[in-house]
Amino acid sequence: MKKLWKGNEAIAEAAVAAGCRYFFGYPITPQNEIPEYMSWRLFEVGGAFIQAESEVSAINMVYGAAGAGARAMTSSSSPGISLKQEGISYIAGADLPCVIVNMMRSGPGLGGIQPAQGDYFQATKGGGHGDYHCIVFAPSTVQEFVDITYRAFDVADEYKNPVMIIGDGMLGQMMESAEIPPMRDLSTLPNKDSWAACGHSDGKQRLINSIRFEADELEAFNDYLFKKYEKIAEKETRYEEYYNEDAEYVFVAYGSVARICKAAVMELRQEGIKAGLIRPITLYPYPSKVINDTAKKHGVKKFITVEMSKGQMVEDVRLAVNGLKPVEFYGRCGGNVMMPADLVKFVKEGK
Amino acid sequence: MKIIISGFGGQGVLSLGKFISYSAIEENLNTSWLPSYGPEMRGGTANCSVIYSAEEIAAPVIDKPDVLIAFNEPSLAKFENSVVPGGVIIINSDIVHTKTTRKDVKFYEIPVDTLASAINKRGANVYMLGALLPIFKDITVEAATKAIEHVFESKPKVIPANIECLKAGCEYMTKLVK
Repeated sequence: MKKLWKGNEAIAEAAVAAGCRYFFGYPITPQNEIPEYMSWRLFEVGGAFIQAESEVSAINMVYGAAGAGARAMTSSSSPGISLKQEGISYIAGADLPCVIVNMMRSGPGLGGIQPAQGDYFQATKGGGHGDYHCIVFAPSTVQEFVDITYRAFDVADEYKNPVMIIGDGMLGQMMESAEIPPMRDLSTLPNKDSWAACGHSDGKQRLINSIRFEADELEAFNDYLFKKYEKIAEKETRYEEYYNEDAEYVFVAYGSVARICKAAVMELRQEGIKAGLIRPITLYPYPSKVINDTAKKHGVKKFITVEMSKGQMVEDVRLAVNGLKPVEFYGRCGGNVMMPADLVKFVKEGK
Repeated sequence: MKIIISGFGGQGVLSLGKFISYSAIEENLNTSWLPSYGPEMRGGTANCSVIYSAEEIAAPVIDKPDVLIAFNEPSLAKFENSVVPGGVIIINSDIVHTKTTRKDVKFYEIPVDTLASAINKRGANVYMLGALLPIFKDITVEAATKAIEHVFESKPKVIPANIECLKAGCEYMTKLVK
Protein backbone atom coordinates (compact mmCIF):
# COMPACT_ATOMS: atom_id res chain seq x y z
CA MET A 1 0.00 0.00 0.00
CA LYS A 2 1.21 3.48 -0.82
CA LYS A 3 1.96 5.69 2.15
CA LEU A 4 3.44 9.11 2.67
CA TRP A 5 7.15 8.64 3.41
CA LYS A 6 9.93 11.09 4.13
CA GLY A 7 12.86 10.29 1.82
CA ASN A 8 15.30 9.52 4.63
CA GLU A 9 12.85 7.31 6.54
CA ALA A 10 11.85 5.46 3.38
CA ILE A 11 15.51 4.58 2.73
CA ALA A 12 15.84 3.25 6.29
CA GLU A 13 12.70 1.09 6.07
CA ALA A 14 13.67 -0.19 2.61
CA ALA A 15 17.08 -1.22 4.01
CA VAL A 16 15.42 -3.12 6.84
CA ALA A 17 13.09 -4.80 4.34
CA ALA A 18 16.16 -5.76 2.27
CA GLY A 19 17.61 -7.61 5.24
CA CYS A 20 19.98 -4.97 6.61
CA ARG A 21 20.32 -5.61 10.35
CA TYR A 22 23.40 -3.54 11.20
CA PHE A 23 23.64 0.23 10.99
CA PHE A 24 26.54 2.38 12.15
CA GLY A 25 26.37 6.13 11.86
CA TYR A 26 27.09 9.55 13.22
CA PRO A 27 24.59 12.43 13.07
CA ILE A 28 24.73 15.15 10.43
CA THR A 29 22.03 17.23 8.73
CA PRO A 30 20.25 16.61 6.34
CA GLN A 31 20.24 12.82 6.80
CA ASN A 32 19.53 12.49 10.53
CA GLU A 33 16.18 10.75 10.01
CA ILE A 34 18.03 7.68 8.67
CA PRO A 35 19.97 6.88 11.89
CA GLU A 36 17.06 8.13 14.02
CA TYR A 37 14.70 5.66 12.31
CA MET A 38 17.24 2.83 12.41
CA SER A 39 17.86 3.40 16.13
CA TRP A 40 14.40 2.07 17.05
CA ARG A 41 13.55 0.03 13.96
CA LEU A 42 16.58 -2.27 14.04
CA PHE A 43 15.90 -2.92 17.72
CA GLU A 44 12.40 -4.14 16.73
CA VAL A 45 13.73 -6.62 14.16
CA GLY A 46 16.57 -7.98 16.29
CA GLY A 47 19.37 -6.02 14.61
CA ALA A 48 21.92 -3.63 16.03
CA PHE A 49 22.26 0.14 15.76
CA ILE A 50 25.34 1.97 16.95
CA GLN A 51 25.84 5.69 17.04
CA ALA A 52 29.61 5.69 16.75
CA GLU A 53 31.92 8.33 18.19
CA SER A 54 32.80 9.55 14.70
CA GLU A 55 32.24 8.86 11.01
CA VAL A 56 35.67 7.18 10.82
CA SER A 57 34.60 4.78 13.50
CA ALA A 58 31.18 4.14 11.93
CA ILE A 59 32.57 3.17 8.51
CA ASN A 60 35.11 0.83 10.14
CA MET A 61 32.27 -0.85 12.04
CA VAL A 62 30.59 -1.37 8.66
CA TYR A 63 33.90 -2.86 7.45
CA GLY A 64 33.89 -5.29 10.35
CA ALA A 65 30.25 -6.28 10.03
CA ALA A 66 30.61 -6.75 6.25
CA GLY A 67 33.70 -8.91 6.84
CA ALA A 68 31.64 -11.07 9.17
CA GLY A 69 29.08 -11.53 6.39
CA ALA A 70 26.35 -9.15 7.57
CA ARG A 71 24.23 -6.81 5.49
CA ALA A 72 25.58 -3.57 6.93
CA MET A 73 25.01 0.07 6.16
CA THR A 74 26.00 3.60 7.06
CA SER A 75 24.70 7.00 6.02
CA SER A 76 25.99 10.53 6.24
CA SER A 77 26.13 13.83 4.40
CA SER A 78 29.00 15.39 2.46
CA PRO A 79 31.53 16.37 5.21
CA GLY A 80 30.82 13.08 6.99
CA ILE A 81 31.27 11.10 3.78
CA SER A 82 34.69 12.75 3.33
CA LEU A 83 35.66 11.37 6.74
CA LYS A 84 34.53 7.88 5.69
CA GLN A 85 36.67 7.75 2.54
CA GLU A 86 39.61 5.91 4.09
CA GLY A 87 37.26 3.19 5.34
CA ILE A 88 35.49 2.95 1.98
CA SER A 89 38.84 2.45 0.24
CA TYR A 90 39.70 -0.30 2.76
CA ILE A 91 36.31 -1.99 2.21
CA ALA A 92 36.92 -1.91 -1.56
CA GLY A 93 40.45 -3.22 -0.93
CA ALA A 94 39.12 -6.05 1.20
CA ASP A 95 36.57 -6.87 -1.51
CA LEU A 96 33.53 -6.53 0.74
CA PRO A 97 29.88 -5.58 0.16
CA CYS A 98 28.15 -2.73 2.01
CA VAL A 99 25.74 0.14 1.40
CA ILE A 100 26.61 3.80 2.02
CA VAL A 101 24.11 6.66 1.68
CA ASN A 102 25.23 10.24 1.04
CA MET A 103 22.52 12.91 1.35
CA MET A 104 24.60 15.66 -0.16
CA ARG A 105 24.77 19.18 1.25
CA SER A 106 26.62 22.21 -0.05
CA GLY A 107 30.38 22.52 0.32
CA PRO A 108 33.34 22.64 0.41
CA GLY A 109 34.29 22.32 4.06
CA LEU A 110 31.41 22.31 6.49
CA GLY A 111 29.57 24.32 3.84
CA GLY A 112 25.83 24.61 4.37
CA ILE A 113 23.00 22.20 5.05
CA GLN A 114 20.97 22.92 1.92
CA PRO A 115 20.83 20.56 -1.09
CA ALA A 116 23.79 20.24 -3.46
CA GLN A 117 25.46 17.80 -5.85
CA GLY A 118 29.07 18.74 -5.30
CA ASP A 119 30.15 15.21 -4.34
CA TYR A 120 29.84 13.70 -7.83
CA PHE A 121 33.59 13.48 -8.33
CA GLN A 122 34.07 12.05 -4.84
CA ALA A 123 31.38 9.40 -5.37
CA THR A 124 32.26 8.30 -8.90
CA LYS A 125 36.01 8.84 -9.24
CA GLY A 126 37.17 7.09 -6.12
CA GLY A 127 36.91 9.42 -3.14
CA GLY A 128 39.43 7.47 -1.15
CA HIS A 129 42.89 6.47 -2.34
CA GLY A 130 43.83 3.76 -4.80
CA ASP A 131 42.29 2.22 -7.90
CA TYR A 132 38.73 1.36 -6.96
CA HIS A 133 35.10 2.30 -7.58
CA CYS A 134 31.87 2.21 -5.64
CA ILE A 135 28.74 1.32 -7.59
CA VAL A 136 26.87 4.64 -7.43
CA PHE A 137 23.10 5.03 -7.69
CA ALA A 138 21.33 8.40 -7.88
CA PRO A 139 17.57 8.01 -7.33
CA SER A 140 15.25 10.94 -8.03
CA THR A 141 12.04 10.13 -6.18
CA VAL A 142 11.21 8.67 -2.77
CA GLN A 143 9.85 5.55 -4.46
CA GLU A 144 13.07 5.16 -6.43
CA PHE A 145 15.07 5.57 -3.21
CA VAL A 146 13.06 2.67 -1.80
CA ASP A 147 13.46 0.42 -4.84
CA ILE A 148 17.18 1.13 -5.24
CA THR A 149 18.00 0.76 -1.52
CA TYR A 150 16.12 -2.55 -1.52
CA ARG A 151 18.16 -3.75 -4.48
CA ALA A 152 21.47 -2.16 -3.43
CA PHE A 153 22.16 -4.88 -0.85
CA ASP A 154 21.73 -7.61 -3.49
CA VAL A 155 23.98 -5.75 -5.93
CA ALA A 156 26.62 -5.22 -3.21
CA ASP A 157 26.55 -8.92 -2.29
CA GLU A 158 26.56 -10.13 -5.88
CA TYR A 159 29.72 -8.19 -6.80
CA LYS A 160 31.23 -7.97 -3.30
CA ASN A 161 31.49 -4.23 -3.78
CA PRO A 162 30.55 -1.13 -1.80
CA VAL A 163 27.40 0.53 -3.17
CA MET A 164 26.86 4.24 -2.67
CA ILE A 165 23.41 5.79 -2.95
CA ILE A 166 23.52 9.54 -3.38
CA GLY A 167 20.71 11.99 -2.89
CA ASP A 168 20.56 15.52 -1.59
CA GLY A 169 18.94 17.36 1.27
CA MET A 170 15.83 18.02 -0.80
CA LEU A 171 15.17 14.33 -1.52
CA GLY A 172 16.00 13.35 2.05
CA GLN A 173 13.67 15.90 3.61
CA MET A 174 10.70 15.72 1.24
CA MET A 175 7.71 13.43 1.60
CA GLU A 176 6.11 11.50 -1.23
CA SER A 177 3.80 8.57 -1.70
CA ALA A 178 5.77 5.35 -1.84
CA GLU A 179 5.37 1.65 -1.28
CA ILE A 180 7.88 -0.45 0.66
CA PRO A 181 8.53 -3.93 -0.79
CA PRO A 182 7.94 -7.01 1.40
CA MET A 183 10.39 -7.97 4.18
CA ARG A 184 13.09 -10.31 2.91
CA ASP A 185 13.24 -13.69 4.59
CA LEU A 186 16.75 -13.63 6.09
CA SER A 187 17.23 -17.34 5.36
CA THR A 188 17.04 -16.56 1.62
CA LEU A 189 19.90 -14.03 1.68
CA PRO A 190 23.18 -15.00 -0.06
CA ASN A 191 25.28 -17.46 1.94
CA LYS A 192 28.72 -16.00 2.70
CA ASP A 193 30.19 -18.94 4.62
CA SER A 194 32.77 -19.56 1.88
CA TRP A 195 34.61 -16.29 2.56
CA ALA A 196 33.24 -14.40 5.55
CA ALA A 197 34.99 -14.28 8.93
CA CYS A 198 31.91 -15.67 10.59
CA GLY A 199 33.26 -18.63 12.54
CA HIS A 200 32.19 -21.20 9.93
CA SER A 201 35.64 -22.07 8.53
CA ASP A 202 36.33 -25.31 10.43
CA GLY A 203 38.82 -23.65 12.72
CA LYS A 204 40.98 -22.41 9.84
CA GLN A 205 42.20 -18.85 10.03
CA ARG A 206 40.36 -16.48 7.74
CA LEU A 207 41.95 -13.10 7.25
CA ILE A 208 40.04 -10.22 5.71
CA ASN A 209 42.16 -7.16 5.04
CA SER A 210 43.35 -4.89 2.26
CA ILE A 211 47.10 -5.21 2.62
CA ARG A 212 49.07 -6.76 -0.28
CA PHE A 213 52.78 -6.01 -0.13
CA GLU A 214 53.76 -8.09 -3.17
CA ALA A 215 53.56 -5.96 -6.32
CA ASP A 216 52.37 -8.81 -8.51
CA GLU A 217 49.77 -9.93 -6.00
CA LEU A 218 48.40 -6.40 -5.72
CA GLU A 219 48.40 -5.86 -9.47
CA ALA A 220 46.48 -9.10 -9.92
CA PHE A 221 43.95 -7.80 -7.39
CA ASN A 222 43.72 -4.47 -9.27
CA ASP A 223 43.06 -6.44 -12.47
CA TYR A 224 40.43 -8.52 -10.70
CA LEU A 225 38.62 -5.36 -9.48
CA PHE A 226 38.57 -3.82 -12.94
CA LYS A 227 37.30 -7.03 -14.55
CA LYS A 228 34.55 -6.87 -11.96
CA TYR A 229 33.78 -3.24 -12.88
CA GLU A 230 33.52 -4.23 -16.56
CA LYS A 231 30.92 -6.84 -15.67
CA ILE A 232 29.09 -4.32 -13.49
CA ALA A 233 29.08 -1.81 -16.36
CA GLU A 234 27.64 -4.41 -18.67
CA LYS A 235 24.89 -5.58 -16.32
CA GLU A 236 24.04 -2.76 -13.95
CA THR A 237 24.11 0.47 -15.98
CA ARG A 238 20.75 2.21 -15.59
CA TYR A 239 19.23 5.39 -17.01
CA GLU A 240 15.89 6.91 -17.95
CA GLU A 241 15.12 8.64 -21.22
CA TYR A 242 12.40 11.27 -21.09
CA TYR A 243 11.05 12.62 -24.40
CA ASN A 244 14.45 11.85 -25.90
CA GLU A 245 13.28 10.21 -29.18
CA ASP A 246 12.91 13.43 -31.16
CA ALA A 247 14.66 15.87 -28.82
CA GLU A 248 16.80 18.66 -30.26
CA TYR A 249 17.88 20.00 -26.86
CA VAL A 250 18.89 17.20 -24.52
CA PHE A 251 19.22 17.81 -20.79
CA VAL A 252 21.45 15.46 -18.82
CA ALA A 253 20.80 15.54 -15.06
CA TYR A 254 20.46 13.19 -12.11
CA GLY A 255 18.61 13.04 -8.81
CA SER A 256 16.31 15.90 -7.80
CA VAL A 257 17.69 18.12 -10.58
CA ALA A 258 16.49 15.65 -13.21
CA ARG A 259 12.94 16.23 -11.96
CA ILE A 260 13.33 19.97 -12.41
CA CYS A 261 14.57 19.23 -15.95
CA LYS A 262 11.45 17.11 -16.60
CA ALA A 263 9.25 20.09 -15.69
CA ALA A 264 11.38 22.28 -18.00
CA VAL A 265 11.04 19.71 -20.82
CA MET A 266 7.26 19.90 -20.53
CA GLU A 267 7.24 23.72 -20.53
CA LEU A 268 9.57 23.88 -23.53
CA ARG A 269 7.51 21.35 -25.47
CA GLN A 270 4.36 23.37 -24.78
CA GLU A 271 6.14 26.25 -26.51
CA GLY A 272 7.04 24.03 -29.45
CA ILE A 273 10.70 23.51 -28.51
CA LYS A 274 11.71 19.86 -28.68
CA ALA A 275 13.50 19.23 -25.41
CA GLY A 276 14.32 15.89 -23.79
CA LEU A 277 16.22 14.41 -20.89
CA ILE A 278 18.68 11.62 -20.24
CA ARG A 279 18.70 10.82 -16.53
CA PRO A 280 21.59 8.62 -15.36
CA ILE A 281 20.34 6.37 -12.55
CA THR A 282 23.77 4.80 -12.08
CA LEU A 283 26.55 7.41 -11.95
CA TYR A 284 29.14 4.62 -11.82
CA PRO A 285 28.90 2.75 -14.13
CA TYR A 286 28.02 5.81 -16.23
CA PRO A 287 25.48 5.43 -19.08
CA SER A 288 27.90 6.83 -21.67
CA LYS A 289 26.53 4.73 -24.52
CA VAL A 290 23.01 6.21 -24.55
CA ILE A 291 24.52 9.71 -24.47
CA ASN A 292 26.89 8.87 -27.33
CA ASP A 293 24.09 7.25 -29.34
CA THR A 294 21.95 10.35 -28.80
CA ALA A 295 24.83 12.62 -29.86
CA LYS A 296 25.03 10.73 -33.16
CA LYS A 297 21.41 11.58 -34.02
CA HIS A 298 21.08 14.26 -36.71
CA GLY A 299 18.26 16.13 -34.98
CA VAL A 300 20.15 16.68 -31.74
CA LYS A 301 21.45 20.27 -31.56
CA LYS A 302 23.10 20.34 -28.13
CA PHE A 303 23.35 18.86 -24.68
CA ILE A 304 22.71 20.87 -21.52
CA THR A 305 24.08 19.32 -18.34
CA VAL A 306 22.32 20.64 -15.25
CA GLU A 307 23.75 20.17 -11.77
CA MET A 308 23.69 21.70 -8.32
CA SER A 309 27.45 22.21 -8.58
CA LYS A 310 29.98 24.19 -10.60
CA GLY A 311 30.06 21.36 -13.16
CA GLN A 312 31.23 17.85 -12.34
CA MET A 313 29.10 15.31 -14.21
CA VAL A 314 29.40 17.57 -17.26
CA GLU A 315 32.91 16.11 -17.73
CA ASP A 316 31.47 12.61 -18.16
CA VAL A 317 28.85 13.98 -20.55
CA ARG A 318 31.61 15.62 -22.63
CA LEU A 319 33.58 12.34 -22.67
CA ALA A 320 30.48 10.47 -23.83
CA VAL A 321 29.52 13.07 -26.46
CA ASN A 322 33.17 13.06 -27.60
CA GLY A 323 32.94 16.32 -29.53
CA LEU A 324 30.01 15.26 -31.70
CA LYS A 325 27.76 18.04 -30.38
CA PRO A 326 28.12 21.09 -28.14
CA VAL A 327 27.77 20.41 -24.41
CA GLU A 328 26.64 23.34 -22.26
CA PHE A 329 26.34 23.61 -18.51
CA TYR A 330 23.86 25.20 -16.12
CA GLY A 331 24.52 25.01 -12.40
CA ARG A 332 23.51 26.49 -9.07
CA CYS A 333 25.50 26.24 -5.86
CA GLY A 334 25.55 26.88 -2.16
CA GLY A 335 22.20 25.21 -1.56
CA ASN A 336 20.32 27.22 -4.18
CA VAL A 337 17.98 25.19 -6.36
CA MET A 338 17.25 26.10 -9.98
CA MET A 339 13.62 26.44 -11.05
CA PRO A 340 12.14 24.98 -14.26
CA ALA A 341 11.72 28.56 -15.57
CA ASP A 342 15.49 29.15 -15.23
CA LEU A 343 16.18 26.18 -17.51
CA VAL A 344 13.50 27.21 -20.01
CA LYS A 345 15.11 30.66 -20.22
CA PHE A 346 18.62 29.15 -20.56
CA VAL A 347 17.54 26.99 -23.52
CA LYS A 348 15.59 29.77 -25.25
CA GLU A 349 18.37 32.34 -24.91
CA GLY A 350 21.01 29.93 -26.15
CA LYS A 351 19.01 28.68 -29.13
CA MET B 1 -2.31 21.45 -8.00
CA LYS B 2 0.71 23.37 -6.70
CA ILE B 3 0.45 24.97 -3.28
CA ILE B 4 2.86 27.11 -1.27
CA ILE B 5 2.13 27.50 2.45
CA SER B 6 4.19 30.03 4.33
CA GLY B 7 4.31 31.65 7.75
CA PHE B 8 6.26 31.77 11.01
CA GLY B 9 7.68 28.58 12.48
CA GLY B 10 5.13 27.26 14.98
CA GLN B 11 1.98 28.28 13.07
CA GLY B 12 1.48 24.76 11.79
CA VAL B 13 2.61 25.67 8.29
CA LEU B 14 4.51 22.42 7.67
CA SER B 15 1.73 20.36 9.28
CA LEU B 16 -0.93 21.93 7.05
CA GLY B 17 1.16 20.88 4.06
CA LYS B 18 1.34 17.33 5.38
CA PHE B 19 -2.44 17.29 5.96
CA ILE B 20 -2.93 18.15 2.27
CA SER B 21 -0.54 15.40 1.17
CA TYR B 22 -2.19 12.82 3.46
CA SER B 23 -5.61 13.85 2.10
CA ALA B 24 -4.38 13.53 -1.49
CA ILE B 25 -3.14 10.00 -0.77
CA GLU B 26 -6.62 9.12 0.48
CA GLU B 27 -7.86 10.16 -2.98
CA ASN B 28 -5.21 7.92 -4.62
CA LEU B 29 -3.39 10.92 -6.03
CA ASN B 30 0.37 11.33 -6.29
CA THR B 31 1.71 13.91 -3.90
CA SER B 32 4.94 15.55 -2.77
CA TRP B 33 5.66 17.67 0.30
CA LEU B 34 8.86 19.69 0.34
CA PRO B 35 9.70 21.68 3.47
CA SER B 36 12.07 24.58 3.72
CA TYR B 37 14.72 23.43 6.13
CA GLY B 38 17.83 24.93 7.56
CA PRO B 39 18.73 28.39 8.80
CA GLU B 40 15.64 30.13 7.46
CA MET B 41 13.45 28.14 9.87
CA ARG B 42 15.01 29.54 13.02
CA GLY B 43 12.92 32.49 14.14
CA GLY B 44 12.15 33.40 10.54
CA THR B 45 9.70 32.05 8.04
CA ALA B 46 8.85 28.43 7.44
CA ASN B 47 7.32 27.32 4.20
CA CYS B 48 6.49 24.18 2.31
CA SER B 49 5.68 23.30 -1.28
CA VAL B 50 2.93 20.75 -1.75
CA ILE B 51 1.92 19.21 -5.05
CA TYR B 52 -0.78 16.69 -5.81
CA SER B 53 -1.65 15.27 -9.19
CA ALA B 54 -3.02 12.23 -10.96
CA GLU B 55 0.12 12.38 -13.13
CA GLU B 56 3.76 11.77 -12.21
CA ILE B 57 5.08 14.70 -10.19
CA ALA B 58 8.13 16.16 -11.92
CA ALA B 59 9.77 19.02 -10.03
CA PRO B 60 8.96 19.07 -6.31
CA VAL B 61 9.96 22.74 -6.24
CA ILE B 62 7.32 25.29 -7.20
CA ASP B 63 8.03 28.51 -9.09
CA LYS B 64 4.41 29.25 -10.04
CA PRO B 65 1.95 28.14 -7.34
CA ASP B 66 -1.77 27.75 -8.07
CA VAL B 67 -2.53 28.52 -4.44
CA LEU B 68 -0.63 30.59 -1.87
CA ILE B 69 -1.56 30.47 1.80
CA ALA B 70 0.15 33.26 3.74
CA PHE B 71 0.12 33.07 7.53
CA ASN B 72 2.21 36.23 7.97
CA GLU B 73 3.07 39.50 6.19
CA PRO B 74 6.55 38.52 4.89
CA SER B 75 5.08 35.41 3.27
CA LEU B 76 2.55 37.42 1.28
CA ALA B 77 5.26 39.85 0.14
CA LYS B 78 7.66 37.04 -0.76
CA PHE B 79 5.33 34.85 -2.80
CA GLU B 80 2.34 36.90 -4.07
CA ASN B 81 3.96 37.77 -7.39
CA SER B 82 4.73 34.13 -8.16
CA VAL B 83 1.10 32.95 -8.09
CA VAL B 84 -0.24 31.99 -11.53
CA PRO B 85 -2.76 34.40 -13.10
CA GLY B 86 -6.21 33.20 -12.08
CA GLY B 87 -4.70 31.51 -9.01
CA VAL B 88 -5.71 31.87 -5.39
CA ILE B 89 -4.15 33.77 -2.48
CA ILE B 90 -5.47 33.14 1.02
CA ILE B 91 -4.29 35.10 4.04
CA ASN B 92 -4.74 34.52 7.73
CA SER B 93 -6.37 37.90 8.32
CA ASP B 94 -5.89 37.67 12.09
CA ILE B 95 -2.20 38.31 11.41
CA VAL B 96 -1.92 39.65 7.86
CA HIS B 97 -3.53 43.07 7.40
CA THR B 98 -2.15 43.86 3.97
CA LYS B 99 -4.17 43.06 0.89
CA THR B 100 -2.61 41.65 -2.22
CA THR B 101 -1.59 44.03 -4.97
CA ARG B 102 -2.49 41.42 -7.58
CA LYS B 103 -5.68 42.07 -9.56
CA ASP B 104 -5.60 38.80 -11.52
CA VAL B 105 -6.00 36.33 -8.66
CA LYS B 106 -8.81 35.35 -6.30
CA PHE B 107 -8.06 36.78 -2.86
CA TYR B 108 -9.57 35.47 0.36
CA GLU B 109 -9.10 36.84 3.88
CA ILE B 110 -9.87 34.30 6.59
CA PRO B 111 -9.44 35.07 10.29
CA VAL B 112 -8.56 31.42 10.97
CA ASP B 113 -7.19 31.93 14.48
CA THR B 114 -10.44 33.59 15.65
CA LEU B 115 -12.74 31.20 13.80
CA ALA B 116 -10.90 28.04 14.86
CA SER B 117 -10.42 29.03 18.50
CA ALA B 118 -14.17 28.84 19.08
CA ILE B 119 -13.88 25.11 18.38
CA ASN B 120 -10.23 24.17 18.98
CA LYS B 121 -7.53 26.60 20.11
CA ARG B 122 -4.85 24.68 18.22
CA GLY B 123 -6.96 23.99 15.15
CA ALA B 124 -6.18 26.98 12.91
CA ASN B 125 -4.31 24.94 10.32
CA VAL B 126 -6.97 22.22 10.24
CA TYR B 127 -9.58 24.98 9.79
CA MET B 128 -7.48 26.23 6.87
CA LEU B 129 -7.35 22.70 5.43
CA GLY B 130 -11.17 22.66 5.48
CA ALA B 131 -11.24 26.07 3.82
CA LEU B 132 -9.01 24.79 1.02
CA LEU B 133 -11.29 21.90 0.04
CA PRO B 134 -13.86 24.01 -1.92
CA ILE B 135 -10.92 25.44 -3.89
CA PHE B 136 -9.26 22.09 -4.54
CA LYS B 137 -12.56 20.45 -5.59
CA ASP B 138 -10.86 17.03 -6.06
CA ILE B 139 -10.25 16.31 -2.37
CA THR B 140 -13.41 15.39 -0.48
CA VAL B 141 -14.23 16.14 3.16
CA GLU B 142 -14.24 12.36 3.69
CA ALA B 143 -10.65 12.01 2.45
CA ALA B 144 -9.50 14.95 4.57
CA THR B 145 -11.31 13.47 7.58
CA LYS B 146 -9.47 10.17 7.10
CA ALA B 147 -6.19 12.08 6.82
CA ILE B 148 -6.90 13.87 10.12
CA GLU B 149 -7.74 10.57 11.80
CA HIS B 150 -4.46 9.16 10.51
CA VAL B 151 -2.30 12.12 11.50
CA PHE B 152 -3.73 12.24 15.04
CA GLU B 153 -3.79 8.44 15.44
CA SER B 154 -1.64 8.62 18.56
CA LYS B 155 -3.77 11.40 20.09
CA PRO B 156 -7.35 10.14 19.54
CA LYS B 157 -8.77 12.67 22.03
CA VAL B 158 -8.07 15.59 19.70
CA ILE B 159 -9.63 14.00 16.62
CA PRO B 160 -13.31 15.07 17.09
CA ALA B 161 -12.45 18.76 17.67
CA ASN B 162 -10.16 18.74 14.63
CA ILE B 163 -12.80 17.16 12.42
CA GLU B 164 -15.22 19.83 13.61
CA CYS B 165 -12.66 22.49 12.65
CA LEU B 166 -12.19 20.87 9.25
CA LYS B 167 -15.92 20.89 8.51
CA ALA B 168 -16.38 24.44 9.80
CA GLY B 169 -13.52 25.63 7.57
CA CYS B 170 -15.06 23.90 4.58
CA GLU B 171 -18.50 25.42 5.20
CA TYR B 172 -17.03 28.90 5.71
CA MET B 173 -15.16 28.77 2.43
CA THR B 174 -18.04 27.21 0.50
CA LYS B 175 -20.06 30.37 1.25
CA LEU B 176 -17.18 32.67 0.23
CA VAL B 177 -16.53 30.83 -3.03
CA LYS B 178 -20.19 31.18 -3.98
